[in-house]
Amino acid sequence: MPEVITNDGSIIKDDWVVIERPADGESLDLPDQPALIPADLWLAGKEHFEGRNDIGVWFDSHQEPEMLAGLVNELGVIAVNFPKFADGRGYSIARLLRERLGYKHELRAIGDVLLDQLQFMKRCGFDRFVLRADKNAEDAARCLNFFSQGYQAATDTDVPLFRRRAS
Amino acid sequence: MYVYDKHDRQIAAERVEQFRDQTRRALAGDLNEDEFLPLRLQNGLYVQRLAPMLRIAVPYGMLRSTQLRRLARITRDYDKGYAHFTTRQNVQLNWPAVEDVPDILAELADVEMHANQTSGNCIRNTTTDQFSGVQEDEIADPRPYCEIIRQWSTFHPEFAFLPRKFKVAVNASEHSDRAAIQVHDIGLQLVRNDSGELGFRVHVGGGLGRTPMVGPVIRDYLPEKDLLTYLEAVLRVYNRYGRRDNKFKARIKILVKALTPESFAEKVEAEWAHIKDSPTQLTREAIEKFQTYFTEPAYEQVPEVKDTLATQRFEDRAFDQWIAHNVDTHKKPGYAIVTLTMKKTGIPPGDVSDRQLEQIADLADEYSFGEARVTHQQNAVLADVRQDRLYELWQATTPMGFATASLNKLTDVICCPGGDYCALANAKSIPVAEAIQRKFDDLDYLYDIGDVDLNISGCMNACGHHHVGHIGVLGVDKKGQEFYQISLGGSSQHDAAIGKILGPSFARDSMPDVIKSIIDVYVDNRTQEEAFLDTYRRIGINPFKERVYA
Repeated sequence: MPEVITNDGSIIKDDWVVIERPADGESLDLPDQPALIPADLWLAGKEHFEGRNDIGVWFDSHQEPEMLAGLVNELGVIAVNFPKFADGRGYSIARLLRERLGYKHELRAIGDVLLDQLQFMKRCGFDRFVLRADKNAEDAARCLNFFSQGYQAATDTDVPLFRRRAS
Repeated sequence: MYVYDKHDRQIAAERVEQFRDQTRRALAGDLNEDEFLPLRLQNGLYVQRLAPMLRIAVPYGMLRSTQLRRLARITRDYDKGYAHFTTRQNVQLNWPAVEDVPDILAELADVEMHANQTSGNCIRNTTTDQFSGVQEDEIADPRPYCEIIRQWSTFHPEFAFLPRKFKVAVNASEHSDRAAIQVHDIGLQLVRNDSGELGFRVHVGGGLGRTPMVGPVIRDYLPEKDLLTYLEAVLRVYNRYGRRDNKFKARIKILVKALTPESFAEKVEAEWAHIKDSPTQLTREAIEKFQTYFTEPAYEQVPEVKDTLATQRFEDRAFDQWIAHNVDTHKKPGYAIVTLTMKKTGIPPGDVSDRQLEQIADLADEYSFGEARVTHQQNAVLADVRQDRLYELWQATTPMGFATASLNKLTDVICCPGGDYCALANAKSIPVAEAIQRKFDDLDYLYDIGDVDLNISGCMNACGHHHVGHIGVLGVDKKGQEFYQISLGGSSQHDAAIGKILGPSFARDSMPDVIKSIIDVYVDNRTQEEAFLDTYRRIGINPFKERVYA
């Protein structure tokens, strides 16, 4: 089973798989294990997935999380794909899911997920990370914890340092 | 100026240890070059033509004498004994070794300095007017807001991987704009509304580079308390919708233009509506706390020196010229603002030796409350000099090469490091600056020509801000040969404008004569009161074309 890193840096295993977007005209082929499907396809076929806690969704970096407004908490797992680690749109998507849409369950980063980006992902609301296979998961805890605090508010704290200083 | 508290010190120390770890992993091969690239860039480290280059942040241009001395020591211990003042109020080292950089960053953190986000696709060092806090006509001191922005933007988790670099500048004067805010990704002009409350006029989408643009106003008045939430809304819209498919179309100016400024502004307002009342909204106490770091120094009652100064100026013409050109009016009676020019002919503009850094530190301690400033014109400023000590200061700085009375004149060139140092450059820029400085070596003639911004860039990335020079020079590569294209009529002031290209480019050795012809057209056509830019705006580009290409 693939390794997943939690936001305290520990390593767990689970069997969620990411289902790629089917080619035009093809239908979704669901496996016999928990699966993350493209968010827009879940939305389009929502009634088929009702009550299934083994189905989650994933967003690609160009997609708008607002499409699931009011529905996010029907999902137990949402993933955001980083097609390249330098594509920073996923950070905004995560914050919007958490802070704007009020998503409360598991949010995982998938795709080109490297060690030195984990700290930013965590602050933006991700709590599970599927590290790119060639990276050493043992380093994750250290890379998540270089900083004891940040200057600005984000998903992890809505109190920026200038307010903490005052109190 | 700003002083770190325990939080700043802790974050700075943690950053050094993080980069030490990243550098170790990069040197061990655990991080490949592509992966290490944004990490080292966001710590100021470029890999250049001849060696690595480290760009050190000087937030809004302010330096304490202890920091200058530490920079001097770093250039000696880790480099070749000199540094370079950049066009964005930063300092560059040209020859550090990659493996030494974590130690250099630790030495900087020790004196409350850093190289955070001086490069990379993130929010860069916030710049402002070098005369902040001491000029007569500013709406309010912009530096507390710059520090507020610096802290907010430092390691912002959402905006570390933007489509492209992002630069913010703040200006406070109604009559001048030494920060060139209209050619920044975000330009903030301090204003007061009808009720007298402080706020900002917000320009978004200005910039130089290969698609130069003057930034349109997207909000006429933003209350000061809303500064950070509004910036966050602008950045979020940019992060989500800025182009990522083409590096040359990835700056926010392209997005603003594609959407139109009006609909870009609507998108920002819609985003802002969600977050404007969040705890990121500034509190009165927080703003006042930041302001306490930028209070006036202990000014003294300076005896009236008008008569003495007049006599000194009458008796010593060189002193008179220095006062006329390099000394500016201070808001406090009895004080003056002195610009130390770093444009000695034969020295690359902005280059300073370790010894000179220490000299500036000593001068700051002796004459200006221990503080100095760097300017985007690549000079240094002593902002609080007693008028009764000006003569003494002039005498002290003349042998140091800091008193060339050429501020804002043709030879006070803004110039990037160019092809001598920079891997991106198409052509050398420093030798062009030097050849022009040699051609115009007669100060009286320079004074007669008056204020001219001559800006030189070695490539279209425009670090020398050539688009906004009254005369701009751009190095271009034609089949392996270096040529120079000239533009006229640019300005980075409140009347910001992008210069127009004069015509086909010139070989390097003809550049001094070409500049001379351009100046001749001005001199022949000007009226009594007209500066170069005024004449250009009145007569247009054609008379210049006709003379230069005759």
